[in-house]
Amino acid sequence: MTNLKDIQQNIVDEFSVFEDWIDRYNYLIELGNELPSIDPRYHTTEYLINGCQSKVWLHADLVDGKMVYQADSDAIIVKGIVALLVKVLNGHTPAEILENELTFIDAIGLSQNLSPTRSNGLLAMVKKMRLYAMAYQARELKNKDHE
Amino acid sequence: MSFPVDQIRNDFPILKQRVYNKPLVYLDNGATTHKPQVVIDTVRELQEMHNSSVHRGIHFLSDQMTARYEAARERVRSFINAASSGEIIFTSGATGSINTVAFSFGERYVKTGDEIIISEMEHHSNIVPWQMLCERKGAHLRVIPFNEQGELKTDELDSLLNEKTRIVALVHASNSLGTINPVKEVIRMAHARGIPVLLDGAQMIQHGPVDVRELDCDFYLFSAHKVFGPTGSGILYGKESLLDTLPPYQGGGDMVDQVTLEGTTYNTLPFKFEAGTTNFTGAIGLAAAIDYLNNVGINEIVQYEKALIRYTREQLEKIGELTLVGSAQERISVFSFLLANIHPYDAGMILDKMGIAVRTGTHCTQPVMDHFGIPGTIRASLVFYNTREEVDMLIDGIKKCIAMLS
Repeated sequence: MTNLKDIQQNIVDEFSVFEDWIDRYNYLIELGNELPSIDPRYHTTEYLINGCQSKVWLHADLVDGKMVYQADSDAIIVKGIVALLVKVLNGHTPAEILENELTFIDAIGLSQNLSPTRSNGLLAMVKKMRLYAMAYQARELKNKDHE
Repeated sequence: MSFPVDQIRNDFPILKQRVYNKPLVYLDNGATTHKPQVVIDTVRELQEMHNSSVHRGIHFLSDQMTARYEAARERVRSFINAASSGEIIFTSGATGSINTVAFSFGERYVKTGDEIIISEMEHHSNIVPWQMLCERKGAHLRVIPFNEQGELKTDELDSLLNEKTRIVALVHASNSLGTINPVKEVIRMAHARGIPVLLDGAQMIQHGPVDVRELDCDFYLFSAHKVFGPTGSGILYGKESLLDTLPPYQGGGDMVDQVTLEGTTYNTLPFKFEAGTTNFTGAIGLAAAIDYLNNVGINEIVQYEKALIRYTREQLEKIGELTLVGSAQERISVFSFLLANIHPYDAGMILDKMGIAVRTGTHCTQPVMDHFGIPGTIRASLVFYNTREEVDMLIDGIKKCIAMLS
């Protein structure tokens, strides 16, 4: 698995070919459509993230020490953004996720081009994803203590 | 003579801007309207040349500012045809005005078990202050529903009005449905039982003449920034006979007559309700906006907007995937709609990148969205500086959204 820095750089490179925003959105829509659907168990209010104008559901598991996120949104462009985040973070250890800043969001203009209320939603999403990593890391450390 | 919209657009410097390298198509006037050059110049001139606190100074600048502030009050009085300038209170905006009435009227007239009537299409700012009052006093909120077209069911008002009703608080024109409510009928029904009526004119004042004496409403209010004036200023009109009976909302400087540490007597109207240093630049800026509107001509604006409403509606209705949310005949130039199964937020983001400013979401009217069982709408809100060409650009944008998203 490539490291988080390289994966982010790949995304920045991918986005650099788009000449205008409509093309970027078309790409995000495509990513949104390709995002595997979330387990219906997590498609409930309990897993909703506050702070978005659209709804975003998020859940994460730890499988063999690696984070596996699943997510969904009722707005397709938002779902595309979620899909990007999932693509970047899935398969990495909680420690890797917590050590690396998600610089690609700024680099591809997602945060600067979304208005504050919108990017609050995006920030809330990132925060929640990191919180999951933190919780799994804490659990792992605790388990190690007991061994 | 045709309406000189090109010339009018020249008066609004912000409209010349390009966003994302595209001409700005500003259709979010329901949220806030832009300022003509004369308002911008007035506010700047006040800051540069005249800044001084009103009603306090003994010196030249303060006298000058006080005179202009009181002249602004007179201009607002004449604009809505109030009987006296004592009935015109400068507030921080429509929200500030409603909170003033909900508090002061509530303190004086509302007690446990009483009822307040609002409608199902109110902005949150005409719901929450009344809920807070009800909570404080143990009173109850009653709601006039609307039909599928977004028209008020006035026939249900009769059964809601009773001896426990203390006030009816109603939006004059809906910010999310575009409906103009039959306020005269509501006022007549309420007054027949001696119940006062408050009208929230935040979305009406910029679209047509408002005559508070002809309406015979007891309170009327609006924000300056939605009628081409500065932000942070607003108006509360109240009938003098009613305002006189109410206790003040906030305490502070200027609203008092005599203050001792044992007690205070209050100033007369309208100063009783203007505690502290008021937003005098906002108030005088509002007067400049009113002068501007009078120069353009309120009736000319109404005629122009009527044609624009007709054109916009025709164009929107040609799009098969589009559903209007709120289709009342009596309406302002505000259109809420949905596009097939497309989330409003997605459409809003794409329109934004095409230079088209709309609003998406619940528009601070969540009960309206609950009524239709939808998460929100896309809202295009137009004023007299908008053009048919801009409507055409919106239509193209909508078609692009449908092509991209469905």
